[in-house]
Amino acid sequence: MKASAFSYARATSVGNALELLIAHGDKAKVLSGGQSLMPAMNLRLISPELIVDIGELAELQGISVSRDVVRIGALTRHVDLARSPEIATHAPLLAQAIGHVAHPAIRNRGTIGGSLAHADPASELPACMVALRAVIVVSGQHGERRIAAADFFTGIYQTALTAQELLVAVELPALPENSAHFFDEFARRHGDYAIVGLAAQAIVRGEVFLDFRPVLFAVGDRPVLAKAASRLVHRPVTPALLAEAAAALAAELEPDGDQQASVSMRRHLAKLLLVRCAAALLDRPDLAAGGAG
Amino acid sequence: MTIPVAISLHVNGEAVEARVLPRLNLADFLREQLQLTGTHVGCEHGVCGACTVRVNGDIVRSCLTLAVQADRASVETIEGLSDSGEIADLQAAFRDRNALQCGFCTPGMLMAAQDLLKSESSPSRQRIREHLAGNYCRCTGYQAIIDAIETTARARIGRAP
Repeated sequence: MKASAFSYARATSVGNALELLIAHGDKAKVLSGGQSLMPAMNLRLISPELIVDIGELAELQGISVSRDVVRIGALTRHVDLARSPEIATHAPLLAQAIGHVAHPAIRNRGTIGGSLAHADPASELPACMVALRAVIVVSGQHGERRIAAADFFTGIYQTALTAQELLVAVELPALPENSAHFFDEFARRHGDYAIVGLAAQAIVRGEVFLDFRPVLFAVGDRPVLAKAASRLVHRPVTPALLAEAAAALAAELEPDGDQQASVSMRRHLAKLLLVRCAAALLDRPDLAAGGAG
Repeated sequence: MTIPVAISLHVNGEAVEARVLPRLNLADFLREQLQLTGTHVGCEHGVCGACTVRVNGDIVRSCLTLAVQADRASVETIEGLSDSGEIADLQAAFRDRNALQCGFCTPGMLMAAQDLLKSESSPSRQRIREHLAGNYCRCTGYQAIIDAIETTARARIGRAP
């Protein structure tokens, strides 16, 4: 199908975009790369009266690295993240995850800000933001708000962003020593939305987790930081302990069933990913040998 | 109420001035206003890849791009790539390997394949599959398409000075 009719305004600055959003509220939608918004509009899931195109705002572009933070402008495209040496060095989890975000033609236009503001619970980047303890920087009438990623995603396509605010950047704290990451997902076709996925950031010393943040996606209405992972921190991980944690994970998840996977299949795949993740991060192939039980 | 917006862009090297409604996507603009019907419209939500074109050198989904977003851009379609001879060898390989049956997906497949071959001279079959994962062939002629792209890559290496 095709999008219904709307008015179009090309924002000339962040201030101008905010004026338009304040004037039109939830009748307006922000367009950046359009790779989530356009499908939703073409499918008539949403029919905004006004599109505010921020695609040419140079102030929202670019990646900068300071001593303790990596700041990524909202309009940074997926392909820019994939090619960025700064991201490869300072946020390798993100660099790896990008390869699973849709297809090359979509990565050439889709932006990090658009993906996060859209907040599809089956998409990769929101989960990465939670795993990386990112801060989402939002601009509004009264200045900037800084929201922890864990508090930003509030439901299916729902975020802490109001209709009068603009997501302008994300900030990733510098990774501590001994940081390690893991990313994997199950999808019917490479690049499709995940059936179940896992993005994890960890600190590993020897064979012990000092910190472990496995975040699952496509298993609920938002990215889910696995509480069960706390069982694996600061102690030697045995196959029995890992099986216990995987069982606890399955119990804490409340996935939906759909045409792609049943509830029990999603729980099973989530357990499998947690086991593979822990085995990979601890470099203990023996832990994955038994599967997810 | 929505009013037409003036846009000015280059399509296959030619300057184009037009007025378009904001809701018009780039695929429909190319097909209906410029009669460039080689760009196909399949799913209209970014899944099938039949509408793949180049904007400023990058392949994009023209069904997920508004015509107004192409203002001041350089757009290249399958007609442009065909006429310039840029993909003549790739097209010949598609014919030789029977890599097209109904032909609906072919323009998008060629755009995606050429995009890969421009950045990687000898991609593995796995890399070819990954790069084309966003393009559906409902005749399911995938093996022949990968054969044709692999053959073209090898032939281009052989020709390189």
